[in-house]
Amino acid sequence: MKHARYHVHHETHYQYSSTVSLAQQLAHLWPRPCAWQLCREQQLVVAPLPSQRTDGFDVFGNPLTRLAFERPHDALAVTAQLVVDVLAREARDFSASPAWEVARAALSYSSAPVGPDLLKACRFRFESPYVRLKKNFVAFADSCFPPGRPLLEGAQALMEKIFAEFTFDHTATQVATPLLEVLQQRRGVCQDFAHLMLACLRARGLAARYVSGYLLTQPPAGKPRLVGADASHAWVSVFCPVSGWVDFDPTNNVQPSLEHITLAWGRDFSDVSPLRGVILGGGHHDPEVRVTVIPVG
Amino acid sequence: MPDLLDRYPLTAGTYHEMLQSDGSVRPHWRRLFERLQRMTPAQLNHRQALLARQIQENGVTYNVYADPKGADRPWELDLLPNLIDASEWDALAEGVAQRATLLNAVLADLYGPQHLLSKGLLPPELVYGHSHFLWPCQGIQPPGGIYLHVYAVDLARTPDGRWWVTADRTQAPSGAGYALENRQIVSRAFPDLYRDLQVRHLTGFFRTLQETLSRLAPHGHEAPLVVVLTPGRFNESYFEHLYLARQLGFPLVEGGDLTVRDATVYLKTLGGLRRVHAILRRLDDVFCDPLELRTDSALGVPGLLQAVRLGRVLVANALGSGVLESPGLLGFLPKVNEHLFGEPLKLPSVATWWCGEPPVMDQALQKLDSLVFRAAFTSQSFAPVFGRDLSAKRRQALVERIQGRPYAYVAQEIAQLSQAPVWQADAGVLLPRAIGMRVYAVASEDGYRVLPGGLTRVAGMADAEVIAMQRGGASKDTWVLGEGAGGLEQWRAQRTLGLSDLVRRDPYLPSRVVENLFWFGRYCERCDGIARLLRIILARYVEDDDPQALAGAVALAERLKLLPEEGDLQSRLLVALLDPGWAFSLHANLRSLHGAAAQVRGKLSRENWHALVELQRDVETLDGDTPALGEVLDFLNRLLMSLAALSGFALDDMTRDEGWRFLMVGRRIERLQTLSTSLAAFVRQPAAFEAPNLGWLLELGNSSITYRSRYLAEPQLIPVLDLLLLDDQNPHAVLFQIKLLGSSLRRLADDLSTPRDKTLKPLIERLGHFDLGTLEYSLFGVASTQAVLEGLAELLGDIVEASARISDRLALRHFAHVDGVSHGTVSV
Repeated sequence: MKHARYHVHHETHYQYSSTVSLAQQLAHLWPRPCAWQLCREQQLVVAPLPSQRTDGFDVFGNPLTRLAFERPHDALAVTAQLVVDVLAREARDFSASPAWEVARAALSYSSAPVGPDLLKACRFRFESPYVRLKKNFVAFADSCFPPGRPLLEGAQALMEKIFAEFTFDHTATQVATPLLEVLQQRRGVCQDFAHLMLACLRARGLAARYVSGYLLTQPPAGKPRLVGADASHAWVSVFCPVSGWVDFDPTNNVQPSLEHITLAWGRDFSDVSPLRGVILGGGHHDPEVRVTVIPVG
Repeated sequence: MPDLLDRYPLTAGTYHEMLQSDGSVRPHWRRLFERLQRMTPAQLNHRQALLARQIQENGVTYNVYADPKGADRPWELDLLPNLIDASEWDALAEGVAQRATLLNAVLADLYGPQHLLSKGLLPPELVYGHSHFLWPCQGIQPPGGIYLHVYAVDLARTPDGRWWVTADRTQAPSGAGYALENRQIVSRAFPDLYRDLQVRHLTGFFRTLQETLSRLAPHGHEAPLVVVLTPGRFNESYFEHLYLARQLGFPLVEGGDLTVRDATVYLKTLGGLRRVHAILRRLDDVFCDPLELRTDSALGVPGLLQAVRLGRVLVANALGSGVLESPGLLGFLPKVNEHLFGEPLKLPSVATWWCGEPPVMDQALQKLDSLVFRAAFTSQSFAPVFGRDLSAKRRQALVERIQGRPYAYVAQEIAQLSQAPVWQADAGVLLPRAIGMRVYAVASEDGYRVLPGGLTRVAGMADAEVIAMQRGGASKDTWVLGEGAGGLEQWRAQRTLGLSDLVRRDPYLPSRVVENLFWFGRYCERCDGIARLLRIILARYVEDDDPQALAGAVALAERLKLLPEEGDLQSRLLVALLDPGWAFSLHANLRSLHGAAAQVRGKLSRENWHALVELQRDVETLDGDTPALGEVLDFLNRLLMSLAALSGFALDDMTRDEGWRFLMVGRRIERLQTLSTSLAAFVRQPAAFEAPNLGWLLELGNSSITYRSRYLAEPQLIPVLDLLLLDDQNPHAVLFQIKLLGSSLRRLADDLSTPRDKTLKPLIERLGHFDLGTLEYSLFGVASTQAVLEGLAELLGDIVEASARISDRLALRHFAHVDGVSHGTVSV
């Protein structure tokens, strides 16, 4: 199969325990244009009607919708509906990628002019709000990056290591759980694994970005697909000076292909949170999120 | 007088601001030096003392974050200014202006096309790797292309006599306000010398800042509203924020005073939302917008960045300008200047090795002993380390740390600071102290203008290598000599104001300030009421000769819930007075009083503020375990005097604008409640109608003297009630207060065009019709007297309830939008 078509339904619902008098929200819910993906239909339904809505792009090139609510409201529902075609990506020969030290040197400052791709990759080499760089992350990935190992082989080994040593547990962490704690507990969710892999790569001077999107999860054999059982997903993309950006999904130990739908990328979750905002009032408000990814045709 | 320089070591290899290498006084210092020689130590000490008093009176403080008491520490200022010769200064100022121009251009590039990065002139590590490079600001073009409205540079003079840059301050440079304050104080210590030396004036700088902000603000056809944004009173330099805002004539606001609607910034005032056109921020940029920047910030304004992006508001300095505060950049700037402007950078900077380039790191590690190592980024938790101080083990740890992430570290030559004389009052001599100087530049229509002077910072110890106000240093005024205008500075020399400029009220009074004035008023009265009742109890407890009165007063305090329930009377009393942990204690209420006052400091006169600080200091000194009761009684007496002084300030010292009206309404509501609650509780205890109880009731109502002079007799129920209830000439009578509250509310409603409150009118009538005669001719005996008193207690209860309703309504109508803190939400 060279391509797949999906219908994505992503619903976020806030029921506030007290009235919100003023709110602003930033939504990263529209897929960014990229070579292996085509968005055929997209719709973002917001209730209540926002006082202002602006559609544009953020600094990393992701579509971004700004919403402002200036009238009191007790609930907020944001629903994104997409029809997306995903194309198969070219397979790469990881053994042919340059040694990871060579990649690191290419990304480091040398007072020589820097091409646009390399400079763009440099945006994803450093600390960001959820990815602090500590020497523990260097140590954790040492076995994956022996001297001279091709960069992409190293990244694959790191992905395998995280997959093998960590347990998926959505009760173990919250959005703000520090990475060092994740490393210690060996538990977390896809955001944690993506952040951990980023930290391991960046702490050794490599460039890697956080990708937010959706994943088609297969229902267990013989059972119907549960609506809303699927969740938003996150994985990692590594920059190789020769091949460009190559995706890795440490939660599933796979290379994203036809089953991953890309929404946005940034330095970490904070750059591309699907919906984040500031509200005045509101009291208690845990969001209810439902994601459904259905193959079409 | 003995030789001033008796104990002034002239160390070789050090530059002395005042002395040449042969020990003779430099020409531009001679006038000052001769002047000092003609003075006796006593005279100099006297001047230093005057100066210290002035600082205290002006309320100049500097908060130290780590201080557990969060205390306002007085600003430390040396009597002697540092002097700089005109020609030397002019060259220096040119260098500073050039550097400001360069840094502005660098910001324009980094938040624009980033050519400096793609051409290899600046390392991406130092920009993208810096948490103060704000990606959401990429592509924003500020009005007039100005990112840096105010710039400051830290300079140190090396043994060769040249000034070197040690750090650039581009975020929200602090200290210019202190420099101005220093000038006002020191120039008055030597007025004739100041005039004769023709010291250059500072005020032009602040005028330029006003003009620049007003000119660049996107204000269309409206008069531009510029505000100063402060993180609040716990910030280390809050005094300066207040001071600058006053000097510049801009309202001082906190994040919560501003709101963004439709991508436009507004100030929440009593009169509604008012559009803000420019914000001079003293808040670090990452905290400025919790929507797009640090989401955990409670200090900022959600949505501010979008308003900036759409050009609806000017923020100075531009958001994101903090990225230039990395010492790693110092070494790259000369080439960048050559590239952008085709000329060499005039000011050298202290030799700096950025470890991000392997050969440079190797060099730095080789000469580790002679260098100081610093973090390249402000977000790192890494205090400067002097290589020579390290043990072999720590040395190895440092090397490993740097090699682990080389681009995050820089090494710098240890700057040998120059020395300037300070007056040592206890020894009566001059001593040399290391100094550094912070110099300021402001953007103007024709390039950057440099403040002729600056903040000279003095190290705490003679050989200190790090000067920071946070570490307990002092400061000096900086005099640039020659070609000044002469004479004392005109502080507000502006255009002539005519009739059409007259302003009779503050149009930009933030609602938060008004709300706190209201609560300031209430807490003043509340503390007064509590202190009076507790003094009555304590005095009778100490004297121990009137058990009936003591029991009556204790019963009242219990009814008013001013005494805790557990324990013996003495310990209950001490808790009620001094335990800040008991929410109803006098101490807790005094803290609330101080908290409200600190929020409105800008509206209070110096003397008023000073009285408050004294009061607070007094109560904190009583904090000991078990203070003597007599001491506590003394304290209560002093406290009531201080509270009376505050009341006087409120009446005589404040402009009667809406803020003042709210303060007075707050006072009246509180006093009315205290009086009515106390009287209602009192009349419900018929056993208490004996003279001793009536005596302290008069004391509680502060009416003992009036009573005595009127009746020359023991207190009796009917005249006491007349005096405390119905006398509309006694400010401690219920009828007086309720009528006054009514008229204050009417005035406020008219000023603010809100509907008049009709709650009080029927109560005033009922009280006015209350006939004390029914108590005198109790035709139907004791039962009827009690019925009358019960009716009175109910009326008083209704008054208490009504005033509480009025307070709630005021809050709802005028402060509702103040309430509530914004918080972040996030979903996956």
